[in-house]
Amino acid sequence: MSTPTNDRNASGGGAAHNAKVMNRFELTKRLVGQLKHEEAVIGGIGNANFDLWASGQRPQNFYMLGSMGLTIPIAFGVAIAQPKRHVVALEGDGSLLMQLGCLATVAMRAPKNLTIVVWDNGIYQITGNQPTASAATADLVAMARGAGIANSAWAADEEDFDRLFALALKAGAPSLIAARIDHKPAVGATDRDPVQIRERFMRGIGGKR
Amino acid sequence: MTEPQTRTAATKGASWHEIVLASLKANDVKLVVYVPDRVFTPLIKAIHADPFFTTFAATREEEAIGIVTGAWMGGMRAAVLMQTSGFATIPNALASLVVPGQIPALIFVSERGTLGEFNLGQAMVCKTMRPVLDSLGIETHTITRHDELAFIIDRSIKQAVATLAPVTFILSPLLTGGKVFEA
Repeated sequence: MSTPTNDRNASGGGAAHNAKVMNRFELTKRLVGQLKHEEAVIGGIGNANFDLWASGQRPQNFYMLGSMGLTIPIAFGVAIAQPKRHVVALEGDGSLLMQLGCLATVAMRAPKNLTIVVWDNGIYQITGNQPTASAATADLVAMARGAGIANSAWAADEEDFDRLFALALKAGAPSLIAARIDHKPAVGATDRDPVQIRERFMRGIGGKR
Repeated sequence: MTEPQTRTAATKGASWHEIVLASLKANDVKLVVYVPDRVFTPLIKAIHADPFFTTFAATREEEAIGIVTGAWMGGMRAAVLMQTSGFATIPNALASLVVPGQIPALIFVSERGTLGEFNLGQAMVCKTMRPVLDSLGIETHTITRHDELAFIIDRSIKQAVATLAPVTFILSPLLTGGKVFEA
């Protein structure tokens, strides 16, 4: 499943590393498989969301249908409101590039219960596969470190992704894990009812009073 | 904490920013995320000084909208502070997240662009604000009078929470004094 459909290794991408090109749905399933404490997961617009949906609709999942770039701020807000619950943001490279400032805010506030996962496929996949800056020159992990998120790393392969995510859940500080992923389309698609999605999520995390 | 805020209660001798802070507190609004504004500075300082609040600057107004949306879903009431030009950066977040998701975001705008504005860009962007709010059907109050401030904010926060709808408070220079340019 993790065979890339295009040759990303040849281009090298923005990051000077040898991280393996993996598959978003496979990694999403591995990530969800590690969640044992009703952790909240915020899925970003587009394929991050779709693969999260396809991995199983946990009541603690929130699927962001618009507002490109706000996955991490939303997750951060949940983390502030519920400091005892770990919160995971699943964001794409294009979306993160749209709202890089949020990395500086997260680092400054240093929530103990927030993990950011970036799926870097180097393209704006849902809008026609146009290349992102991360395919050419931008290194998203270096940017996160520069913003002050010290626990920022590329996942070298699937096992390394599992290891980094397990560490992040216990880190007591914000973490960012970036994974290079292939260009395979998402496996599913979310419902499109924002109120139902929001209600289900709020009940799933006990945010409804 | 629970007595009704009226036009007379809590306003005697209190400055506009003391009234805003008291109204947030009385309604259990614990998180305040802002993008700085000169006129809002005394309010921001006072919120920082009060341990009741969690408060910090976001890098951009739509980031702040995302944070308060997450906080609301997690069970915490939250407000954002910005100036007029910052409002112009959030229509997509309002139209694609806050309004369709029925999020009672409490949005405070320090009004620039009118009543003595010296920056043409602020004056122009100010003209876009109310049409955007109207087109999205967002409850909006322009507050000009000190004696109405507590009532409007208190009642409107309660309405926002009860009806699951955002509300915008535009704090006019008539209330705050605005930012003065000596021509």
